[in-house]
Amino acid sequence: MEGLRFPLRDPPPAAALRARLRDFLREAGRDWTPEIRARSWMGFSREFSLAVGREGWIGMGWSRDYGGHDRSAMERLIVLEELLAAGAPAGAHWIGDRQSGPLILRLGTEEQRRTLLPGIARGELAFCIGLSEPDSGSDLASLRTRAERVPGGWVLNGRKLWTTFGHLCDYMIALVRTSPAPEKGARHQGLSQVLVDLRASGITIRPIRDLTGEEAFNEITFDDVRLPEDALIGQEGAGWAQATSELAFERSGPDRILSSYPLLAESVTALRDDPAAAEPLGREVARLWALRRMSLSIAGMLEDGEDPVRQAALVKDLGNSYEQALPGNLRRMADMDTMPEEVRRMHAYLTQVAPTFSLRGGTREIMRGIIAKELGLR
Amino acid sequence: MSDTMLVDQVTRALAEHCDAATMREVEARRFPRQAWDALAPMGLRLALVPEDQGGAGLGLETAAELFMALGHHGAPVPLAEDMVAAMLFAASGLEVPEDGVLTFAAAGGTVPWGAFATRVATVHGRRLHILAGGIANGRASISGEPRDVIEHATTLAEVTLPESFGDGSARSLTALIRAAQIAGALGAILALAVDYANTRVQFGRPIGRFQAIQQQLAEFAEESACASVAARSAARAADKRGLAGAAFEIGCAKIIAGEAAGKCAAIAHQVFAAIGITEDHSLHHFTRRLWSWREEGGTERFWAQRIGAEAQARGGAALWPDITARDEGIAP
Repeated sequence: MEGLRFPLRDPPPAAALRARLRDFLREAGRDWTPEIRARSWMGFSREFSLAVGREGWIGMGWSRDYGGHDRSAMERLIVLEELLAAGAPAGAHWIGDRQSGPLILRLGTEEQRRTLLPGIARGELAFCIGLSEPDSGSDLASLRTRAERVPGGWVLNGRKLWTTFGHLCDYMIALVRTSPAPEKGARHQGLSQVLVDLRASGITIRPIRDLTGEEAFNEITFDDVRLPEDALIGQEGAGWAQATSELAFERSGPDRILSSYPLLAESVTALRDDPAAAEPLGREVARLWALRRMSLSIAGMLEDGEDPVRQAALVKDLGNSYEQALPGNLRRMADMDTMPEEVRRMHAYLTQVAPTFSLRGGTREIMRGIIAKELGLR
Repeated sequence: MSDTMLVDQVTRALAEHCDAATMREVEARRFPRQAWDALAPMGLRLALVPEDQGGAGLGLETAAELFMALGHHGAPVPLAEDMVAAMLFAASGLEVPEDGVLTFAAAGGTVPWGAFATRVATVHGRRLHILAGGIANGRASISGEPRDVIEHATTLAEVTLPESFGDGSARSLTALIRAAQIAGALGAILALAVDYANTRVQFGRPIGRFQAIQQQLAEFAEESACASVAARSAARAADKRGLAGAAFEIGCAKIIAGEAAGKCAAIAHQVFAAIGITEDHSLHHFTRRLWSWREEGGTERFWAQRIGAEAQARGGAALWPDITARDEGIAP
């Protein structure tokens, strides 16, 4: 085994769309602080997401019947790229647009599509993903939160941890156990995805302060939470397969490459008169270009209906390493004390959050394990 | 014949006629006559020559796949150099020779395979000089491949390349060839390393079962895939915008390939341990080529300085718009 296929794909000419996006973002971003721009898609602003929704830039690929805009996957990619390049606080709609919406579109009931998708596309409904638990991180299949069938619905008990924006979102799509794991092997059986209205009673959300002093993730406890019959998404017991099939979408996007881009752009400007910085900056630019070409290749495969889940793991790990290394690389080009305030503050923020880049969405070790398996090792 | 069919056919022929012995022959400064005589009749010389000049009119993107296939076997025949030299002949209006071995180089640089070539195209800015003979053995590169020097050559013709080639066409073409060959060689090394990791037993199990080995080979696979995408994308850009117009992409690809070469050679030797250092084992024929090829056609440092300086001159606000405009066919 010599590696994975990556057919080349070019983005469509989109000068007009990019120009509209850049105008919009220049206007919207007038008052964004360096920290907001450095936070990028981990920034949560209902107001901003509503404005993006009004422009028709959420749920772009979905049918108009569900509030979408019948645009191509490549056009959607262009929107994501521009939001990230600008460091826009797109977190309130990011998960719904990237993951929850597409999942509901693919596997939801007609009723679920009609009630949820238009709200996501307008930027009104914010979603979070309930995967990790106190004792289940990388070993996700060991999760213990369970939903039990009762007349007229389900009762949910358990705890989810590290749920980004859980305290700010409207809905969670949680992976939970709906029947006990078989005695031997096959722990992946008996899991299902359920929709949880985070305003339901029995839910306690405890924000967890992170190392920057902010509260972006949470612990969410479910105490006999009643879910309606139609809370189930897709098929009962097929949750693992459903959740993993989202991964190619979750892991391959430009959000795995561009998380620290605003800092790179500011640094190029700040260091424009320093000849010694040319070479290290050139290496950053070259890798950005190459990673984007890989990301486009995966977008092309997704558009063609392929399932490049392993390619996505590969690009995610490469991209995470790239965006994660930037703050450190920059320290070899300049003393941060001498940099303009914009660069200094972005750098300080990204230095603290960069370790999460190779954790969120599956750790580096898990990504490399997937690639090793593909190579025929193990 | 479709492009894919040609690439498949050449891939098969290379597998049939080239092995570690061919690479050894080259390193002993003998022309690999048998392999060349088997492969030359496939007509790759005319691959990049336009159809109206009697060629196949293929683009550099297809050529990059051929270069990768060559790199997979350690490029033990000068097919890439020959094919690109013929392209330079044709582009400047010269008739492409039917026989012999062609090669090309930037003026003043060493000439790959020069001592074995019947015609050498040297590039001076946009001027192309065609030389015959007069090439002496040069200093050996790390790989021991022939990299020769011009001593007292006869100039047969002086012509001009089209404007789209720009002033640095020899460097760009060398960078493209070597970047693609590095990507191809990485694929070959990865296959060798995976096979070794699955068969070499220590502590009672194949070393490929250890996560430490798995994680390293996964990283290898990542770098290798990135180099392949970069080299092919750069060739595609050159097809669209000409060599001068694609200098950015070619430079990026050479940087990525050069960085991958260093990282992956280190991983491969770590996985193979002592056996990989022996003369008998074929690994070093590949890794020594990686270390040689990254030096040619502009190093990572050369290209990064240039690309970085360009980005500085344009300013940070132009960086992203410039990258996207290139791919969308808008001149930045």
